[in-house]
Formats: sequence, structure tokens, C-alpha cells
Amino acid sequence: MADTLLKVTGLQAWYGESHILHGVDFEIGRGELVTLLGRNGAGKTTTLKSIMGIVGKRTGSITFEGEETVGQPSDKIARRGIAYCPEERGIFSSLNVDENLGLPPIVKPGGLSVEEIYKLFPNLLERRRSQGTKLSGGEQQMLAIGRILRTGADLLLLDEPTEGLAPVIVQRIGEIIRQLKARGFTILLVEQNFHFAATIADRHYVMEDGRVVDAIAAADVQQSIGKLQTYLGV
Amino acid sequence: MFELLGIPPQALFGQLLLGLINGAFYAMLSLGLAVIFGMLNVINFTHGAQYMMGAFAAWLLLGYLDVPFWASLVLAPLIVGLIGIVIEKLLLKRIYHLDHLYGFLLTFGMALVIEGLFQLQWGSSGAPYPNPIPGGYNLGFMFLPAYRGFVVIAALVICLATWYGIERTKLGAYLRAATENPTLVRAFGINVPRLITLTYGLGVALAALAGVLAAPIQQVSALMGTNLVLVVFAVVVIGGMGSIMGSIVTGFGLGVIEGLTKVFYPPASNTVIFVVMAIVLLVKPAGLFGQTK
Repeated sequence: MADTLLKVTGLQAWYGESHILHGVDFEIGRGELVTLLGRNGAGKTTTLKSIMGIVGKRTGSITFEGEETVGQPSDKIARRGIAYCPEERGIFSSLNVDENLGLPPIVKPGGLSVEEIYKLFPNLLERRRSQGTKLSGGEQQMLAIGRILRTGADLLLLDEPTEGLAPVIVQRIGEIIRQLKARGFTILLVEQNFHFAATIADRHYVMEDGRVVDAIAAADVQQSIGKLQTYLGV
Repeated sequence: MFELLGIPPQALFGQLLLGLINGAFYAMLSLGLAVIFGMLNVINFTHGAQYMMGAFAAWLLLGYLDVPFWASLVLAPLIVGLIGIVIEKLLLKRIYHLDHLYGFLLTFGMALVIEGLFQLQWGSSGAPYPNPIPGGYNLGFMFLPAYRGFVVIAALVICLATWYGIERTKLGAYLRAATENPTLVRAFGINVPRLITLTYGLGVALAALAGVLAAPIQQVSALMGTNLVLVVFAVVVIGGMGSIMGSIVTGFGLGVIEGLTKVFYPPASNTVIFVVMAIVLLVKPAGLFGQTK
């Protein structure tokens, strides 16, 4: 693996009294595209939220570029160079497309310019003055991804970017994620759609009951297909 | 002299001007309340006391330090805004996760304490503040006191500048986004707790600025904000909780309606705003400009 960008060790997390993560361990190298796979409720989204610092309580260790982030507020974590695209997309209804796109502050040099983002998502350019929540589901997803590309963050956390989208849009999102990887972004992708994940990722981690239970390299997916089907219940 | 609808123009336009001046204060105060409610989700019942503190700050600055009115327009909101920031840091931030009722109890209690302390120190009879722009203009159909004209224009400028700041600037976009989803805005790298503190400071400073503008028109007294703030809450409810433009339009509009009621049916002038509030709540419960969440 290339030099480690993110290392998660013994991560535990709680929502109120509910203990969700029971010791998650994995790491991602710089420039890698890694997925977290697993059934509903396995703890994938909570893992992303824990990395971002937006769960109620978490223990264990999360190092980003060698520095510990557990205990830090989410705004500081974001400013270190981690950007988060939530499952529910989080498009702001009181902001238009331009304002939504310009909202996250630039934390590091090297992000895409607004023009580059509109080139990547031409649909958004046509609707730049529209209220963010008036866009279609696919356009909102593109806006949610485009929004974090401006920031210059090294690590992108994408939570189920294909959920509820038409196949043609899923294909487009896949192309864009490949382009982002080619540009050097490190991506941690949470996906339910294994067929989509299998076409783009370098490695997969499988989660069950709040733990990482298996790690599968892209090259080994074919021979592990039976095992994966059992894990994912497909 | 000609008459309009059987009313002498001096009386009609005089009351219209009075309505506009009252509306200017309603708009400035309800704007501050809307900004604070939108961001903090707290209904700031201390607003009337903070308006009074603005007027008192100007009066004390003049009396003890010879600071003129125009400097007080900047200094008094700054001082009271800073006190607001201390209140937010020490007290308000501890109750955001609790029910609205706790915000009500805390801010209402603070208003009583602040007004009580000012009453204890300076009594409640009130003190005059000299008019910074004496004189006026004879417009033919009415006499326009210069300072009152200034208040209406200043309030309009302040309200529109605040609206512009919130609706058309980057900082305003942060505020609007944080009102919707503070957790996500923070996860983008924006220091939301600091944004909340500054918003409260800004809302309080707006109340204090209204207080400074009111000082030369009213007697500066410990209870000057108490009655006004009751009407202002009705204005906020009519405009729609948290709506910026709603506060401005409704503030000025209701001031004018109140003024005209004084001309056409004086006995209803004290209640007309509350009657409008009841009708609006029946027809549009979220207020004229409010959105149902």
C-alpha cells in the first residue's frame, strides 16, 4: 500500500446509549479508492461519521496524515483535509446551486475550481441559480459531490452516492469517481451496491455488527464472490 | 384646507409618520429576534431589555463621557453586543439542546433581572436625551421633524443592510446553511459555535442600535423596552418566525396600520396588531413569510 493517509484502530462509537461500533480497524493509503461494504446497520455510515467527528461519543484511534483526530471537533477535522458527502446529500434549501457549491471553505490548495466542477457536472451549470433542493436526485448527488471537490481536501468520504438513482446516473457517478481517483483524491466509499463498488475500488472492507470482518483486494473479488454474497446477503 | 376621507391631512400624515417611526422600531427589533431565532432556535425575551440597554448606554456615554449621539450609534451597540456575547457564552449555549421552554425561562428571567437592576439604579421615571437633529421641514401638508425623518431612513438602511448581509454574502450563506443543518456546516470546516455567538451578538447589537435611535424620541427609562417588545413579538409571529424579509416588511407595515387605526378608529389602535396576529395565525399559521418546517 502507498503511504497510509488514514488509519482507524479499535474505533468504538455510540449514539446515546446505543453502542454502534465495537472496534473498527482499517487503513487507507494515499490515492486509494477503498469501499466499506456491509448490510444495513453494519456500521458503515457511523464509521464515516466517526471519522468526521459527528457522532455523539467515540473512542479508539483515528489518525489522518499521522495525527490523531479523535477528540477534535468536526470543523477542525475538516480543516485537516477530510471532506464528507452525507448519504442524505445535505443540500441546503435556502441556498442556490452556486451558493451550495461555494459553501465549504477551501482548506488546502489543490482543489477543483468552480469552473472545473461545472465542467465535470454540466447539468449543474445550467441550473446554477436554482434552489438546491429543486434539483433532481441525480443533480443533487452531483452537487453534493461537487461541493466537496473545491475544498482541496485529500480524503473524500462518500456515503452511498448511488442510492436511489437511475442506472444511467449511477454510471455517470462511477465515471466521475474514477476521474477523481485519477486526479489523486483518496476516496473512502460506503456502498450497498456491490456491483457498482466492484467496478471502481482498489480494495474492499466488509463490515458486520460494528466491526470490519474481512478485507478483499479488487483482484481477489472474483474468487471471493461466494463469501461476499454471504456477507451482503445478496 | 382640503381633507382626505374626512380627515385633515395634517392629522392623517402625522399619524402615518408616527406609524412609520413605530414601524421602524418594530422592524429593527423583530429583525434581531428573527436572526437570533433562526440561528439559535431561542426566542430572545431579553430583547426589550437589550433595546433599553442601548438607549441607556448612549445616555450614560453622553452624561459621563460627553460622547456625542453619532459616536454612540456605533459605541452603544458595540458595548451591548459584547455583553450579549458574554451572555451567550456563559448561559445560552448551555440550553440549546433543551426544549424551547428553557430558552424562554432563561431569557425572560434575564430581562426581569436587567430591568430590575436599571430601575434600582436609575429609577423608572425616565431621563431625556437631547435631540441631535433639531428642527424640521414644512412639507405643506404636514410638518416633518428632521430627527424623526432620519430615524425612518436610518432604520430602512439598517434593515436592508442586514437583509443584504444575510441573503447576499458568503457569511450570510453560512448563517442560512447553519440554520438548516449546523452539524453538516461544521463538518465542512466552519466554526458553527463561533457563528452562533456572533449571530447573538449581532442580534443584540441591532436591538441596542434601535435603543440609541429611540433615546431622543422617548424618555430613556428602565421599562422602555417592556411594552414595545410585546408588540414586536406579535410582529415576528405575523411575519413568520425566523424570516428576515418578513420581519422588515411586517414591522413597517404594522406600524403604518397602527398609525392609520389611530386616525380612523383610535380605540382599536392598541389592539389592532394583535387582531391582525390572530387573523394571520388562523389563515397562515407559519406567518406571512414563514415556512412550515
